[in-house]
Amino acid sequence: MVKVYRLEDLDCANCAAKMEEAISKIDGVNSVNISFLAQKMTIDAEDDKIDDVMKQAVKACKKIEPDCTIILK
Amino acid sequence: MLIRIIAASVILIACFFIPDEYEILRAIAFFVPYAIAGYDIVIKAAKNIRNGQIFDENLLMGIATIGAYGLREYSEAVMVVILYQAGELFQSMAVSRSRKSISELMDIRPDYANLALEDGSYKTVSPEQVCVGDKILIKSGEKIPLDCVITDGESEIDTSSITGESVPRAAKVGDEIVSGCVNISGTLTARVTKTFGESTVSKILELTENSAQRKSKSEKFITRFARVYTPTVVALAVCMAVIPTLIFGNFSAHLKSALIFLVISCPCALVISVPLSFFCGIGCASKNGILIKGANYVESLSGVGRIIFDKTGTLTSGKFEVTDVICQSGFDRDEILTLASKAEYYSDHPIALAVKSAMPFDSSDGISSSRQIIGKGVYADIDGQSVYVGNAALMSDIGVVCMEYDGAKTALHVAADGKYAGTLLISDTVKDGAKEALASLRRRGVKEMIMLTGDRKEVGEDVAEKIGLDSVRSNLLPEDKVRIAEEIMSASDSTTAYVGDGINDAPVLSVADVGIAMGAMGSDAAIEAADIVLMDDSLSKLDTAFAISKKTLRIVKQNIVFAIGVKVLIMLLSAVGFANMWMAIFADVGVSVIAILNALRTFNIKQ
Repeated sequence: MVKVYRLEDLDCANCAAKMEEAISKIDGVNSVNISFLAQKMTIDAEDDKIDDVMKQAVKACKKIEPDCTIILK
Repeated sequence: MLIRIIAASVILIACFFIPDEYEILRAIAFFVPYAIAGYDIVIKAAKNIRNGQIFDENLLMGIATIGAYGLREYSEAVMVVILYQAGELFQSMAVSRSRKSISELMDIRPDYANLALEDGSYKTVSPEQVCVGDKILIKSGEKIPLDCVITDGESEIDTSSITGESVPRAAKVGDEIVSGCVNISGTLTARVTKTFGESTVSKILELTENSAQRKSKSEKFITRFARVYTPTVVALAVCMAVIPTLIFGNFSAHLKSALIFLVISCPCALVISVPLSFFCGIGCASKNGILIKGANYVESLSGVGRIIFDKTGTLTSGKFEVTDVICQSGFDRDEILTLASKAEYYSDHPIALAVKSAMPFDSSDGISSSRQIIGKGVYADIDGQSVYVGNAALMSDIGVVCMEYDGAKTALHVAADGKYAGTLLISDTVKDGAKEALASLRRRGVKEMIMLTGDRKEVGEDVAEKIGLDSVRSNLLPEDKVRIAEEIMSASDSTTAYVGDGINDAPVLSVADVGIAMGAMGSDAAIEAADIVLMDDSLSKLDTAFAISKKTLRIVKQNIVFAIGVKVLIMLLSAVGFANMWMAIFADVGVSVIAILNALRTFNIKQ
């Protein structure tokens, strides 16, 4: 399942790259792409794990860039 | 932030008036502007350490400035913080400016549609709510919300946001109009043919937004580079602080150069400017009616050394025209065209359309017992004369001797009452500007241009000669094209682009290194199969696409060389003790800002 989330206050391009790397390592994530310019995260994860994946992704995001929040819709 | 920077600067200047002998007072006084300008840096750094993110620019700035403070260089510490914050502010302004210009560019999404209700009134709804078959009203000045067919009204349509073409198109009842374009003059009523999600405007937005996901080699290089760069610089900084101190002592001087190293270690300038350049390049292309599906295709396009063209619809217009009329004695040009046009009156064959457009008739007066002779031509009774129009085989069937023709055009012979009247020569016309566009591509470094066609050899060679191609493969069936393209590509390893109209050559588009579909406005198959889509069918767009890709790559390279170059240079200077904190800050945020501004130049590529 592919989902797109908006990222708020993503201020540093290198952080986006680091977040992308951290999230790609979460179990159940097939691929992830963070566009620093569009302030968007496109995540492709296994259907049954998506909630868990997103919880971990939010945690990873907070860890790398405390100001940045993933807008969960 | 701006207020904080100004306030901190003012207090800093005031602090300079404190005489040197009050050491403690100075330390305290300078701490005020430091705290005003830099408190969030220290807080962020602390947060990041707790989260295990050690190599972070906030921490580096924290260490560097606290270090300077420890060395009693208060003013330097404060200035570094102020400068850093100013640089960051400027950088985020540059980024938000580029974000804004990108989003303005993408401002083709229609906000509403005027849906016709059963009682004849109209209701404003979101385009997503409109179904196929619904009637909508498009007033002048409004964006066309969904792909639709005009059922009432007449107007001019500004297609520039989709095709990049600035001349408005006339639109009348029965014409298909594409979402995202703007209705300029009249009010139109139209029947929706595609849902919003399937409409052109959604497809384009989806493509451009997802284009960032296909990363170019340069972007991948930068990501890998950034991954090793920061730890390496930090390790070097530690060595610089520790090793010379162990040998020579004088810890504080070496600590200072180590701190400078740390400030330079953020790879942000690279990480941001390279994708930004590609993004701007793709944005600029889409403003010109060229959709590029990923940064990797911008990169491959710039390196294309060979282009394979499809003929019909790509190099030629696909519209046939009568070019010559060869008359036999007793008949003149108009007579022959009149006979041929009337005989072809009921036929819709492309050849028949060409004849009819050369001598149009509005009524079927005097035409009777018209019939098609499959594969050969037509017969009709015209004002009492029995007229045959067709190829040489038809002429020999009816026992008429006609001229022999083996040139590059299609010959259409006309016979009236068993007598040979004359021959029309018909050919597909080469697109306007094709020759110029191809010559310009050659100047841009394309070495080989090949055409594939299903037509006869003579026809293919004639076109090739007219517009200056290197070679032609003719008599091909659609299924041969993939094989031939693969053959050509395996012959040498230069990057190969295939340019076609996307109608029967989708497989070739996907085989080529870069598949380019032309004239794709509204054609889903082409948009789906190609890597690059030219929204209208002019060959100059192909040239523009090349120009944009070359310029983008040039800017990307400039940015990579500039950013790495400046950083390495300042590192070397600091290693030998010539660099100060100012330079380090420049190497960090200054380089970022310059690289971003350079990347934004991609936006303004002119043809």
